[in-house]
Parts: sequence; structure tokens; C-alpha cells
Amino acid sequence: MALRGVLRLGEIGIRVLDLDLARTHYVDRMGLIEVMCDEKERKIYCKAWDEHDHHSVVLREADEAGLDYVAFKVYDDQTLTDLEPKVEAFGLEVAHIDAGVYPKSGRRLEFILPSGHRMQLFAEKEQIGNTLGTRNPGVMPDEGVIRGFRINRLDHCLLGGPNIDECGRLFKEVFDFDLSERIEDEESRESLALFLTCSTKPHDVAFVIQPEPGRFHHVSFLLESATDVIHAADLIGKYRIPVDVGPNRHGVTRGNTIYYFDPSGNRNEVFSGGYVHYPDTPTLTWDTSQMGPAQFSQDNVPRESFLTVVT
Amino acid sequence: MQYRVHLEELELDFTCRQDQNVLECMIGAGKKGIQVGCRGGGCGVCQVEVLEGEYAARPMSKAHIDEEALAQRRVLACCIKPRSDLLLKVVGKISKPIQRKHP
Repeated sequence: MALRGVLRLGEIGIRVLDLDLARTHYVDRMGLIEVMCDEKERKIYCKAWDEHDHHSVVLREADEAGLDYVAFKVYDDQTLTDLEPKVEAFGLEVAHIDAGVYPKSGRRLEFILPSGHRMQLFAEKEQIGNTLGTRNPGVMPDEGVIRGFRINRLDHCLLGGPNIDECGRLFKEVFDFDLSERIEDEESRESLALFLTCSTKPHDVAFVIQPEPGRFHHVSFLLESATDVIHAADLIGKYRIPVDVGPNRHGVTRGNTIYYFDPSGNRNEVFSGGYVHYPDTPTLTWDTSQMGPAQFSQDNVPRESFLTVVT
Repeated sequence: MQYRVHLEELELDFTCRQDQNVLECMIGAGKKGIQVGCRGGGCGVCQVEVLEGEYAARPMSKAHIDEEALAQRRVLACCIKPRSDLLLKVVGKISKPIQRKHP
């Protein structure tokens, strides 16, 4: 598979209860770069250092925490044109958002997933680069560009809601994702969590069953190494950021991970590693008899809060 | 200033300073009674009803604490700081969508 079609999770909109506290967390502590602020709309726009697009994280002050939307970037405008009738044929109503409505962004398609989440597709966004330039770029940005948790990029998200098999079918049949891993009930074989990839990463998006639609489990950011996960953990401890699960490795996806919460209770992850997925890699299945090793493979202890606490 | 927090039914006590939230004090005292979730006012699992006493609250997600809940003094333990001794009733519960049916 040459990587065309849907490329990646390109933008995530997160609701926060207090924008100033959110800025302290995402920018000062985590080290995302604030590229734009809209005081009137109470939004700040951020990127990780090694992303070329203008921004990937949009924080909006609201009276509820949780997920505003997820937006996946596709290869080109023709991909948007081609995908629209397929999304409609799947049974979802597609709305058109004109270029410029979302800052620095081309036109978008928007629809509601069977799990209740608002999803968008876009092909174009202004690129501002990673400070290194594109001709003889070197490898090291200036001092201070990589800071905080040393986040390289936005990686994936985990969404909670009903109808996750329908979401899986949408991503597989319409968006050409592969099902890399799946957690099922050991008796009923019912799907409890699905992990889907459109790249060579173990996952680009995941769904976990939740009774209420539109729940936000976490947003995840990629670090360079497991050492950087420990470095992030040290800063998380220093700044008394609430931890959900301390440094460990996931059975599912094999990532070196730490989970923590932003000041509004939205769960964040920073991680490194994992395996390489190809379209011919078989789907890996875990069941509820092995929830410990599936969730956290260094102590094999499942965390109740990990699959029940959401915003 | 330091106050006493009492959880009704569980007969659990701990102390809390006026610059600390109730949930962090319970955790710090090594006690278990209120569910611990996001600790940021977003997930709602640490919901309590304040039966007696005064408190100061910071913003909580409306998805869990609306005007009606506030009027009934139902709040999130991670978001309130005591202004007097408090008598609390635990309300929040974690649902369990994923668990072994036959452990």
C-alpha cells in the first residue's frame, strides 16, 4: 500500500473548562507550540514541533469537557470528492464546510459517526513547517523548539460510544483502514474495543464500547523513545499532573505509555514504539480473560478507571 | 485553616485544608470511599452530595453537574474546597462496560 486516501488524524478539537489552565498544561508543560489564539472564540491552536501543518490541536473553552471533533487529513481534494458519495452510501449525512471556515484549512466534509462523534475530512491546510526548512534541513531544531514532554506529533485518539462495529465497518469499507487489533468478550465474542490503522502504525484511531455516545477516552502524542516517556513521567510528577496509569507497555499495540489528565479531565497519552503494520498483517485478537496483559503488559494488571473514566 | 470531611454511610473521616480539594485530601489520607477519576471536573465519577457545610467550587463539566445538581448541592469532590466541616454522601459510580462476566 502506498499511503494515499486518508493519511492521518490531522486535527483534534478538545473542549476545556478553563482556557488558561489548558494553555499551561498543553503548551507550558507538554511543550506543544501555540501558533494562534482566538480570544473572542476562546480557542487556542497548537502544533507539535515536527508537524508541518499549521496546527493539529484546537482547544476550546466550554462548559463541558470532552471531544469537539476529530478531523482526518486526506491525500488531496479529489480524495474528498471520491469519498463523499461513499460516506453517503454507507448511510451517513454529509455536510459541506467551506474553505476558511476552519482557519488555515481547505474545505471539509463533516458527518456524525455511529458512535456519536463528529468527524471531518480535509485535504488542505497551510503548512508552516518544523523550523528546519526543506532544503538541507539538518536534524536538530534550535534550542527551545523541542521542549516539555518532547512531543513529535499528534498520533491517534480513542473514542468511546455505542455501535463500534459499525464504526469499524465504516473505517474499513469506506476509508480503507485495516483492523489491526480487537478486544472481545470471551464468551459472547462481542466487540469491546477496535483498533484501526490507515498507515504502518499499529493504530490511527480506536473505538471502545461505552453506553453513552460521543465520549472521549484519550488523545495520544508520539515521543521519540521510551526514555522520553520516562522524562515526561518525571515532569508529570513534578507538576502534580493527575496520572491515570504510570509508565507501562500496552499489550495491544505494544506502545510504551503513560496516561494522565488535562486540567479539565480529558485523558492524554504520550507514548513511543509499537510494531510496524502492513495491510497483510493479520488482525490480533484479545479477550476478556486476558484484560491485564492486553491493557498493560509489564504488570498484567487491568485498570478499571482506564476503560470507565471518560469525558 | 483545616476542616474535617465526613462521608456519610461509609463512616469515613479525613481532614482537608481550605486550599485543597476534597478528593485530593481523601487520596492523600490513603482512604477510599469516593471514586477517583480524572480529577479535573470532566468525568463525573467523584460526584457527592453536600449534606452539611460550606465549600467553594471551581468549574465542573455541565455534562455531569448542571444548574439543578448545583441547586441540590451535588458537586464533584475534585472541584470543591472546604469552607467549613463537611458532611458528604457519595453519589458517583463508575459503570463497567468491560469486565469478565465469570471471574
